Order: sequence, then structure tokens, then C-alpha cells
Amino acid sequence: MASTTSTDTRGTGPGGGSEPFRLSSGKRARIWIADHFAMMSAIAVLLYLFLPVAYTFIFSFNNYRKSNITWNPEGSPTLKHWQDPCGAPGVCESLVTSIQIAAGATLVATILGTLMAFALVRYRFRGRTAGNVLVFVPMATPEIVLGASLLTIFVQGFSQVGLKLGFWTIMIAHIMFCISFVVVTVRARLQSLDPRLEEAAQDLYAGPSSTLWKVTLPLLLPGIIGAAMLSFSLSFDDFIITNFVSGSENTFPKFVYVSYRRGIPAQANVIGFAMFVIAVALVVGGQLLTSLRRPKD
Amino acid sequence: MGGFREAQGDLKIESVTKSFADFTAVDDLSLVVPRGSFFALLGPSGCGKTTTLRMVAGLEQPTLGRILIGDTDLTGSRPYERPVNTVFQSYALFPHLTIRDNVAFGPKRRKVADSDKLANEALELVQMGHLGSRKPVQLSGGQQQRVALARALVNRPEVLLLDEPLGALDLKLRRQMQVELKRIQTEVGLTFIHVTHDQEEAMTMADTVAVMNHGRIEQMGAPEELYDLPRTAFVANFVGQSNMGPGEVTGTDGDALVVDVAGTTVKIPKSRSAVTEGALQFGIRPEKVKISRTRPEGIGNDVKATVLDVSFLGVATQYLVQVPSGAVWTVYEQNLDVEPIDLHPGNEVWLMWKPGHAFAVPAEEEAGA
Amino acid sequence: MSTALAHGGGAAGPAGPVAPPDPVQVPTKRSPTALLLLLPGLVWLLVFFVAPIIQLLTVSLQSQFPGYPGFYYRDLNFGNYWEAISTYWPHFLRSLLFAGLATFFAFCLAYPLAYVMAFKAGRWRGLMMILVIAPFFTSFILRTVAWRQILADEGWVAQTLNALNLLPGGHITETWAAVVAGLTYNFLPFMVLPIYASLERADPRVLEAGRDLYANGFTTFRTVTLPMSMPGVLAGTLLTFIPAAGDYVNAELLGSDRSTKMVGNVIESQFFRVPGGYPIAAALSFTMMALILALVYLYVRKFGTEELV
Repeated sequence: MASTTSTDTRGTGPGGGSEPFRLSSGKRARIWIADHFAMMSAIAVLLYLFLPVAYTFIFSFNNYRKSNITWNPEGSPTLKHWQDPCGAPGVCESLVTSIQIAAGATLVATILGTLMAFALVRYRFRGRTAGNVLVFVPMATPEIVLGASLLTIFVQGFSQVGLKLGFWTIMIAHIMFCISFVVVTVRARLQSLDPRLEEAAQDLYAGPSSTLWKVTLPLLLPGIIGAAMLSFSLSFDDFIITNFVSGSENTFPKFVYVSYRRGIPAQANVIGFAMFVIAVALVVGGQLLTSLRRPKD
Repeated sequence: MGGFREAQGDLKIESVTKSFADFTAVDDLSLVVPRGSFFALLGPSGCGKTTTLRMVAGLEQPTLGRILIGDTDLTGSRPYERPVNTVFQSYALFPHLTIRDNVAFGPKRRKVADSDKLANEALELVQMGHLGSRKPVQLSGGQQQRVALARALVNRPEVLLLDEPLGALDLKLRRQMQVELKRIQTEVGLTFIHVTHDQEEAMTMADTVAVMNHGRIEQMGAPEELYDLPRTAFVANFVGQSNMGPGEVTGTDGDALVVDVAGTTVKIPKSRSAVTEGALQFGIRPEKVKISRTRPEGIGNDVKATVLDVSFLGVATQYLVQVPSGAVWTVYEQNLDVEPIDLHPGNEVWLMWKPGHAFAVPAEEEAGA
Repeated sequence: MSTALAHGGGAAGPAGPVAPPDPVQVPTKRSPTALLLLLPGLVWLLVFFVAPIIQLLTVSLQSQFPGYPGFYYRDLNFGNYWEAISTYWPHFLRSLLFAGLATFFAFCLAYPLAYVMAFKAGRWRGLMMILVIAPFFTSFILRTVAWRQILADEGWVAQTLNALNLLPGGHITETWAAVVAGLTYNFLPFMVLPIYASLERADPRVLEAGRDLYANGFTTFRTVTLPMSMPGVLAGTLLTFIPAAGDYVNAELLGSDRSTKMVGNVIESQFFRVPGGYPIAAALSFTMMALILALVYLYVRKFGTEELV
């Protein structure tokens, strides 16, 4: 970010008298670039971020014959994949599985995580620091280690009780890593809650239960919802851990990966892009809602 | 629970002490606030006034002592069990509720019928009735303050606590609200306990003021009493300004003490001195001192001084003068004449005051504010 | 998704005047309720995180029944570690190298973006945030496959670079460059968001003070902006490096079978495709974890410990 120089067009110029003082166009160009360097790089990076999304979108229209890796120069762009998104075998089944797992994992992780956050913020007990560390470590562990360790314990330990790798092992694994994220999110919100508000509630005749339900939880709700959304997206998009513990079950990301060699059906592109649009719409919608309910004055 | 909520009568704080791990916030405090009066707890930050307030509200429990309303001992009861409400310094309005719901919160918890109607009435009382559907974030500081007041008032508590409620308002708004609060209190007839560090505010609004310092009450009484006759050096300096000087009692003269203050002999009525013999601190308010070029005649006390500074304040002129002991005194003279006495730094002047205006307090290490 | 940016808005409290600091903290009660609240989540983490890690450790020390691949017995076979490291040390190096490069490039790309978001975006800030996160709503795999398509030999990127004679091998895919490019892309938001959070907290007037005191653009950046954002940079680099070092998808989809395999790929294949590969895979996992932990420790020691979470 360079210092701004103003081009002073008044006053005396080299020619004296009332000649406007102007910088050479080369110098002006350099100044403009320096001023806007950061902005231009930012835009370039944003374009870079969206490039694969664009490709995903474009290739959903590819009229390919065997595999959707290269653009078919002979066929013309087609809507047929969009018209029949479940046409390719396994696509929709894996999508449904992903959604079911994400929903279930989100529900359980949000509840468990919120309870843990309360315990860690509001109460003093021995092992509180240990608790905080335990919550943090899964987030810092590479997914491959998490997946590998779960695989070994499912295969060598839990298989004794008849647990097979599949839908439920995926759900268990997802709940595990989502808990940490929920705790951290809710904890941050809880810590920033003004303690005076709960005191005011008590001052106004609200007992502990009333204070919790009428004041604390409503104020915490945006944090809890945020944690749930985070949880859902982490679970839905998870691949590595899922791959290790899923056995023969397919989630949407796993389906795409597995079908890579044979050629990913364009229906996957369709669904991928559709998920993108839905998610963006939800986020933008949420933002608009909060800004509407808060008129600036 | 029913027993506490029905408590009625004067607020009594009996020998209450509050200690934390490393310091004592409130030290053996006792006071009685008559029902229906406007009481102010005045003192600098850290003097324990807010802690006292919180103990009355039930947000803190005393380490020692009791708190009663009438004959009911409230000690140990929780805040939601007490007929006491607080207007918090930061207002603490619930951001997720509308103004009306904020005000109706207390009545709803007490399962009172028609809580919305009561809320509207309370809002009308503070002139915020038309903004009932807004959220706190949409209001200005002054408006939020009124809502906080309404939220407490609607419950008609036995005791209403105000924790420096006007601190965040600008001067003009603050003056307005001081008058408002006094009016409302008179109208509604509740016991108000107002905590503040602003001595002007306390004196304007309260029937009785207690000056607190280091967890103890230094002096309590009507504002005029505190101003006219401070009983400690701290009060003399915290409430208004005082010119002070160390002195020694050398004798008596009828109803007065004869005191030697840094070489000058002055007389102080015995009734206006907290000390009858030995060392003391002599004090006189700036506006009670008369300044003149010539030695005045009369039975007043006087002393020679040198002008250090003259400031024109509009209503008055403020002089800084150096007295023989080396101390610097402040003198206020109202500008009654269009052409005031023409004094400049360096001039020799005479200061005079009526003995009945002077006071004496115990000699102490620290002179307060 | 960066945890430093808990979605859910800021502090809950009145938007009115700021209260002076209170002597009273949030009451921390001592009560058995705490344990009750903690228990379900705690048990879940103990059973499905701590126990598996311990199990992995024991697996890494197990030995095979000779002649019966896939069947193991408990042992203290440290030989597994020796075999893992001696055979696969190139993969370790490659993983650390690729992850390091990706982290560096991610930093270079992320910083201008975070900077603009924090200081120049104004009311577009929310929109930019959404733009940064949005691409990651499409599936991770789909995005990486898209990169394969973008960088394909017939694509415009490879063609252009070839024309400029910048491609010695003739192709980008199946080289380390593609893998690093994929890693950089996939972990970019993890770098942007913490840096943005750090910069956003800074007072822009401090930057102005820098300019006022004769520091030009770059100097201001070097001496004022960058140090101010160090906590965010630290968090971002860790959040990028750690997952990148353990990744195998990028290498699988964008790399070649011969020269770009990372430790992750080996671990994956030892688990799924090599009979009797469990102990080796486990040993590899633990070694990798230890390496990462050591590097992180040194890194944090050098650059200061900050509250990461």
C-alpha cells in the first residue's frame, strides 16, 4: 500500500503562470498501480478461487461419451445432465447418505458440544485445562491420523461387538471431529456474553432456570446455529476420514473420488454446483436477514 | 420465597463487611435508609459503593452482617427473591427482546396479569411509550437509560438501586435526567438508592447523602450539612472544594476555639470543629473568603496573602492566592459589580472570612479526593 | 473452516455506552453439574479419539503372523518404525516439502486478500467473506478434479506455459507443481480467515501513524502491518501446514504414481491395498504426527505462542 499522492492541478507549473502541473502518464500509471496493488491482487485471488467452481459448472454441460475429463469438441453443450441429476447410478444414493450423516452428526455434535462448552466456561473443576486441551487436539491432528486410528479400532476392537464399517462408523467419526468445532464456536460466544445481562435477569425475578431459557440460550442461539452450520459443512464435505471408516458405504465426496478412474459422471458436477448455489443462497440469505432486522441509525 | 418478596419498610444495613481474597471492599458498614427517601451513596472509584449496592440487590452476599427491609432479614436470599430492582450502569437491556418485552420481563416472571399493560404504563412514565416495539440497539444512550429505569420501576420494588446510571450521558442530558429522576421518585414514592462519584449529582438529587471512602461511611446527612460542615478532611475535599491548613488548638474563647494555623491565629466555633484539642485541619470554603486590597475591619478572621492567578469565570472570579504558610488558597468572588476589584498576580491582598463559616476536621494523613 | 472465526456474530450485549470494567467476573461455580454436562461429549472424545490413537500406537508395534498376512499379534516390534522410516523417508521429505511450499504460496495469495478485506472493503467486507468461503461449498474432490481439468495438457494453462517454453517436461499434471498447486488452493481459506481476523482487530490508525512517521508503503507493511498480524499468520500457517502434510488426495488426483507420492498416499495404500500393511501404516502415521508436532513446536517457539483457538 503506497502513500497516496495527489495530482495537484492548480498552481504554478514548470512553465510558470497558470500552467496546470501534471505528472507524466508513466508516473501516474505507476502510482495508480501502487495504490491499487493490493486491490488488484485480491481480485486476482478471488478469480483464482472461483476458477474450479467455474470449471465444475461448465463441465456439467459437457456432452461426453465416455468420461467427463475432457471437453468433447464434437458434442454441443447439453442440459441433459441437469434434467436427470440422478441418472448416473450411485450419485443420488451417495448424496442422500451424505445428507443423512451430516444431519445426524450435526444434531448430536451440537448438543454434546454445547453442553461441554457450558461446562468449560461456567464451571471451575479440576481437569478443566485438560478438557480444553482434549477438545483442541482433534482439530490439530491431521485427518489421516484420525481416520487411520478409527479404522484400526473399528476393525480390531469394535468388530468384536459386531460393528461393521459403514454408515454408522462414518456417523460416529463425524460426530467425533465435529464436537471440537462446536465447543470452540459456542465457547467463544459464551465467553463474550455480558454477565450483567444474566444478573439483570436475576434482579428481575428470573430464577436459574428462567434465566437460562429466557436470556442465556436466546443470546447464545446465533453461536449455536453457527456451530451447527459449521458442523454440517465439515461433515458433508469430509473425505479422508470418511474414506478410512466407510467400508463399502458411499458418501457423495467418496463417490466422486471412487468414480474418478472410470470417469466422474457429470451428474456429480450438477449436484456439486447445486450444493454450492444452495449454500451460498443460505449464507447470503442469513446475512440479509440479520442486516434487515438491524436498521442502521 | 414469598416471605422475602413481601418485605416492607426501611432498608437497614447492619455491620456489613465484604471481603475478597486480597482486600476488603466494605468495612463494617451500617446505615438506615428511610422508606420513600432518595438516598445517595457518594464516593470515588473503589470506595465500595457499588459493592454495597450489589449486596442489597443480592448479587453479592456479605461476608459479615445483615441486610434487612423492615423486619425481614434478606441476607442469604437470591436476587430474584428480593423486592429490590437495579438500574445497571451499562443498562444491561436484553438485546434480543423489544423494549416493551424488556420492561415486561419482571412482571412476567412474577406471573402478574396484564404485564404488557403495566409495561406500557411504565414506558409512558419515562416518556418512551412510543418506542415500545424497538430493540435496544436501535436506541440512543439516553433512551436506553430511560428504558432501564422503566424496567426496574414497573415492578414497584421496595428499594430501587441505581448504579451510576447517568455516567455515560453528556452533560446536558445528565442534568435533564437528574431532574427527571427526582420527579419520578417523588411521584412514585419508592426508596431510591443512587450510587455516584459525582458530588454535584448526589447533592442535587438526594435527601440524604452518605460519603464513602475505603469501604466505610465518612459522613452522612443532608447535602447542605455535608457541604456546610464536613466532619473529615476527605469529605471536605470530596464534596466541593476546601482551603485547608494544619493547625493546633491553643486555647478557647467563649464558644470558640482559638487555633494557630501556620502562624496565624484564627477562631472556630466549637460546634463547627470535630476536634477540641491538639492538632487539627482548618478549613474554609472558597466562596466564603472575601478578598480586598486593604486590611478589613471587623471581628472576622483575616490573613495577608499574595495573588498568584486571576481567572474570570463569568459568574465569578477565581483567585489563587498564596498564604503565609506557603499553601495556595482558592477564593471565589461573585462578579456582582461590572467592574470588579482590579487585582493582578503579585498583588498583596487581605483575605477575610466569618469565623462561623470556618470548620475544623481531624488532622489526617490523606486529605482525600 | 477456521475456528478463529466462529460464525455467530460478535459479543452479545447492548450497543449502548461501554460499561467500565467490572470487578466481578463471570461467576465460576463449583458444582457436580459441570461433570454431568461434560460427560457425554467427553466420553465420546475419549472413546472415539483418545482410545483409537492409543490403538493405533499398539498397531504400529504389532507384528504379523508369518505366513498369514492380515493377522497380527500384539508385540513391541519397533522394527516397524525402522522399516517405515528407512523405506519411506523420501515420502516424508516430500510431504513436508510440498506442505511447506503450499503454505508459503497460500500465504502470498492470502495476505493481499485478507488485507483488502480488513482495510479496503468497507461494506463489501461481508460479501468478500462469502466469496472467499463459497467455492468451498462445492465438494473438495470436485474442486481438485476441476484443477486436473484446468491444468490438463490440452488446457489453456499448459498450452500457454508450453508456448513460453516454461514447461521442461511438457505437462503440469503428474508433476509436483500440480500437487503443490492443488494443496495451495485447497487450504487457502484456512490462511485467509485467521489473517483477516488478526488484521481486522488492528487499529487502522496505527498504519496511518506508520505513514505519518515517514514509512513508505512497503516499509509500513514490513514493520507495522506484518508484525501486527502475526497471531493470524501463525494460526493460518499451522491450519494450512498440518492438514496439507497429511493430505493424499491432491497427490492422488494431480500427481503421478512414480514421483509425487506423499506419506498420506503410502499410509492409505498400506491400509487398503497392501495385505499386512497395518503396522507399517500405523508406524508411518505416528512418525508423521511426531514430525509435524516437532516442527510445529519449533515454529511456535520461534514466532511466539499465541492463543490459536
